[in-house]
Amino acid sequence: MAVPSSASTAELILAPAPAERGALVQARRFLVRNPTLVAGLMALVVVVAGGVFAPVWWTGDPQAMRPVERLRAPSAEWWFGSDQYGRDIYTRTIYGTRVSLVVGAAVSVTSLLIGTALGLVIGFYRRLDAVMMRVMDGLMAIPAILLALALMALMRGSVRNVIVALVIPEIPRVVRLVRASVLSLREAVMVEGARALGVGTPRILVRYILPALVAPLIVHGTYICASAMLVEAYLSFLGAGTPPHIPSWGNIMAEGRAYLQLAFWIILFPGLFLAATVLAINLVGDGLRDLLKVR
Amino acid sequence: MLQQIFRRLMAAIPVMGVVAIAVFALLHVTPGDPAVIIAGDYATPDEVAKIRSKLGLDRPFLVQVGIWLGQVVRGDLGTSIFSGLPVTTLIGQRAEATTGLTVLALLISVAIGVPLGVVAAWKQRSWIDRVVMVFAVSGFSMPVFWLGFILVYVFALSLGWLPVQGYVPLREGFWPFLSHLILPAVTLSVVYMALIARMTRASMLGVLHEDYIRTAFATGLEPRGVLMRHALKNASLPVVTIIGIGFALLIGGAVVTETVFALPGLGRLTVDAIVRRDYPVIQGVLLVVAGVYVLINLVIDLLYAVLDPRIRY
Repeated sequence: MAVPSSASTAELILAPAPAERGALVQARRFLVRNPTLVAGLMALVVVVAGGVFAPVWWTGDPQAMRPVERLRAPSAEWWFGSDQYGRDIYTRTIYGTRVSLVVGAAVSVTSLLIGTALGLVIGFYRRLDAVMMRVMDGLMAIPAILLALALMALMRGSVRNVIVALVIPEIPRVVRLVRASVLSLREAVMVEGARALGVGTPRILVRYILPALVAPLIVHGTYICASAMLVEAYLSFLGAGTPPHIPSWGNIMAEGRAYLQLAFWIILFPGLFLAATVLAINLVGDGLRDLLKVR
Repeated sequence: MLQQIFRRLMAAIPVMGVVAIAVFALLHVTPGDPAVIIAGDYATPDEVAKIRSKLGLDRPFLVQVGIWLGQVVRGDLGTSIFSGLPVTTLIGQRAEATTGLTVLALLISVAIGVPLGVVAAWKQRSWIDRVVMVFAVSGFSMPVFWLGFILVYVFALSLGWLPVQGYVPLREGFWPFLSHLILPAVTLSVVYMALIARMTRASMLGVLHEDYIRTAFATGLEPRGVLMRHALKNASLPVVTIIGIGFALLIGGAVVTETVFALPGLGRLTVDAIVRRDYPVIQGVLLVVAGVYVLINLVIDLLYAVLDPRIRY
């Protein structure tokens, strides 16, 4: 793991160019060496800007209904067409970006935090290991979507509960990753040295083991984010996700289901946005994996 | 070997025990009174009380867990609140559609994904490799149900080649059965295929740099033979592993696919049960699916020894 413990990934990526080289040359070199990462980041910036500044992009009110104008095909006036209530699909799709981004980001950050904390402790305290890993194996045997569905069946539909339902299936995978690294690092010479000098276990975990985990965790986090966005859409589509009044991509597509033959655009555009966003995040993940040399 | 299989089966028991306890505990760790949640928003206190006593929710938690585990061991997964039928019966009725769908999707993904990965690795950095990699990343990013709708729109609604949705049981003829499963299986296979192609390529790249491959090529053997017999066989362990791990993905995708194509499978059963808050059914499906997953990965573990004679249990 070639990551200096002091530098965060953002610093690594955006590291200032040495004065003698010139920033432009440096930037071009970075682009040539990491085309996937750059392409993914650029697409992601566009999507994030789309979601954050949703009201700016010639959108209207995502809930405004104009029944006279229902099921209009895409045109100069209705860029992505309209749905069965005469709501503007373009506006709703742009606003839907917010839900997906919030869910994706929240799920990946939360599951990384909880999973890392658990993984560090489980990896270092042998006695916990056997029992906890069986528990993790058991949880991992249940497909993530089914587990999330079951959780949603027991909770009210809200964005917060969707995030909870998506975090729980992801935690065991993070724990596995962290634990595996802890197990291999625990025997490392530097850890033995630190131990010999009387450094306590909590300090060893934080100062010696955590830094080595930063790179793989960031890469794993991007994959969690991508899959969380997909599963959020699946849950909404199956009627067990965000409440129907929130214009998430999954909800828009769920409502368009009955009108596939009449108005395929209701499903087409939100799906394209979802696929493009997930693709961008996966590209960033692949790019970071190559850049940070995570195997 | 028999002894090994037995020992492995024994090792799977604690995992299944954890799954059984976990699916049961879900009902209790989520906030709120389980009986009230299951009864729904419009239930009278009387109905809530009825559900509470029917599911035994009025007893201490540990007693409930004990009763549940005892039932599971005897193959009894409880009774559906909505239909009053045993959960095992409901699952039995729905198993055929899901099995057909997942097996067909598995066959399609392996039959296409593995060759794609092999060719991409063989022609590394060529345009074929690029195309395969682009497919692998985008296939992995595609919302399953969205892809299903696009395929339905093109191949069923516009071209009329295949049925839009629905299901015909196998006993009513092979072609009607298959024709209703082709679109769903293709839909479902894309993600899995992408995963397999990617893993095959990565694993093949590792093997193709070995000396014995260069020797094989140098002796003038046909590329096909070298790739398939010499390289793929040695590269197959990670591929087989990912097929097993990815099975969870396949089942998850099946839930969504069955809804798109109105297939009466386990996924549909679960989704209906969720709408009706029929928790015993959800619990049963989760347990059965997890059991199948554990079993498949067990078989794959045992396959390692066949693929790589150096591995002995």
